[in-house]
Amino acid sequence: MASIEQNTRLNFLPDFRNLGVLLRVLIIVSLMTLVAAALKTYTLGDWLESTSLLAALVSPLTILSLLVLAAVGPWLRRLDARWAVALVVAIEVALCAALLRVVAHVPLEVAEQAPARYLLFTALATLAVLGYFQLRSRALSPAVSEARLQALQARIRPHFLFNSINAVLSLMRAEPRRAEEALEDLAELFRVLMADNRRLIPLARELEICRQYLALEALRLGPRLDVKWSIDPGLDDALVPPLMLQPLLENAVYHGIEPAAQPGTVTIELRHRQDKLRIGLRNPYRGEVRNQSGNRMALENIRERLQLHFDAEAELSTHAGDGVFEVTISLPLMKEER
Amino acid sequence: MTAQKLRVAITDDEAPARSRLKDLLEDIAGTLPLELVGEAANGRELLDLVQAEPVDVVLLDIRMPEMDGLEAAQHLQKLEDAPHVIFTTAYDDYALKAFDLHAIDYLVKPIRLRRLHEALLRSRSLTRLSLDVLQSIAPEPRTHLSVQERDRVILVPIAEIRFLRAELKYVTIRTPEREYLMEESLSRLEQEFASRFVRIHRNCLVAREFIESFERESGEGADTRWLVSVRGVTEKLPVSRRQQHVVKALGRNLP
Repeated sequence: MASIEQNTRLNFLPDFRNLGVLLRVLIIVSLMTLVAAALKTYTLGDWLESTSLLAALVSPLTILSLLVLAAVGPWLRRLDARWAVALVVAIEVALCAALLRVVAHVPLEVAEQAPARYLLFTALATLAVLGYFQLRSRALSPAVSEARLQALQARIRPHFLFNSINAVLSLMRAEPRRAEEALEDLAELFRVLMADNRRLIPLARELEICRQYLALEALRLGPRLDVKWSIDPGLDDALVPPLMLQPLLENAVYHGIEPAAQPGTVTIELRHRQDKLRIGLRNPYRGEVRNQSGNRMALENIRERLQLHFDAEAELSTHAGDGVFEVTISLPLMKEER
Repeated sequence: MTAQKLRVAITDDEAPARSRLKDLLEDIAGTLPLELVGEAANGRELLDLVQAEPVDVVLLDIRMPEMDGLEAAQHLQKLEDAPHVIFTTAYDDYALKAFDLHAIDYLVKPIRLRRLHEALLRSRSLTRLSLDVLQSIAPEPRTHLSVQERDRVILVPIAEIRFLRAELKYVTIRTPEREYLMEESLSRLEQEFASRFVRIHRNCLVAREFIESFERESGEGADTRWLVSVRGVTEKLPVSRRQQHVVKALGRNLP
């Protein structure tokens, strides 16, 4: 069970360079400060005063800690879990002690009190935050396998599978060569669908899957389906969750092209914006959406996987209007380390 | 009768699906005398085709743009000599359950030669479909109403209809161009098109989108009533006392 072990170790310490993690730490620590101040005061005025006094110590400590942890995080995550936790706590206590010495020169109420209490409070708070992230990753990890299961069951519509096989059958007699190619595309597509899809893949690979999928749809729909690609250079090795684009294209075809008598265009844009990869996908749309639940399920599925991979740094939004349905995804631009 | 060829029409929006059915029909033609009358890419084309030439059996795809199979089948039933319908579908759980329940003939794609053969053999003995059942299966309201006139079925797009008025055993369909008479129940239509038409009188449904204005007509004494003007037609339609709340509800949204 090497893979599971790897997984737990990977999730044990949060990624301190991730925006979502940073935000969560800041919010939790602020809440703790409020609660700690509330515990030792009786009136609202005292509480606020006590909070601001505590914050004078806690805020610089939190910011310093996050800087240090962001720097040594990747190294810590390679250690054994127990050592990593012990080291994080040690780092925090050391930082707190250093800060208390600096504060001691400033006439502040905090500095006059026993510093040992602050060191203990820091150690406990650190353990609590780490414990929170541990619980969170445990709560989310079954979702990974569930998302994978859904990949098998719901991602490709059975409707598409049977229609494609039907289209291939129609080619068998007259155009055996095209039938061969189509079956190869279908096999490739299902190989990806049934693979372990938890790891990020290069964008070039995802685009290949999309093209195979579109080749099959073109077989059925002929000139009714028009696809326009626009891809910024240098994005081939950007890492994306597998099967992120293909289900979006499938939605676009199912809701935008199939119900329309006139030919329609699906537009896909892949843009490099600072350190983000921005994906825009547009298809025609006639107001009423058939089988809306299927559409929403696919979008929710992708949104959930983006969250698992990138937390708050990825974003998926949709917009419908003026006869166009648009999905926009923004995710951090990451490349494979060599 | 047995010597007569079975006249078959194919309806599917995907060209490969049609050509596959053609191949299969050619294979079957050796043992079962049949003739391919024509092909259609949607329900509307099928209705034209069926009225141009006699057809015994229609192979009808369910999911099609413009007019889907379930709606086309409903309009077909208005024909004097309606062809037998065999639905075809790649995957449509909901419809298939309903078909089983009502013993309606269907084939799942990819269609097997033997199944198609059996379905065609059976088609001679089967009774025609019930309009009520088809309406209950169709998940969405129709895009057209169908009217029988001199042995023909005329399709009236829902989007053009201004109002529907019940008169004796008929319903009058009013479009800007003309009136049509149809044999359907008004309350049934009200249910099916609830989002599009509003009832203003026991015998009248008006298309919300074409309501232009309400005006008050004073009769004898204190007896006044509201009249509705509808864009594109000259008639003014009375609102019954019981439906007066409609005036209030809709009046607010008028410019």
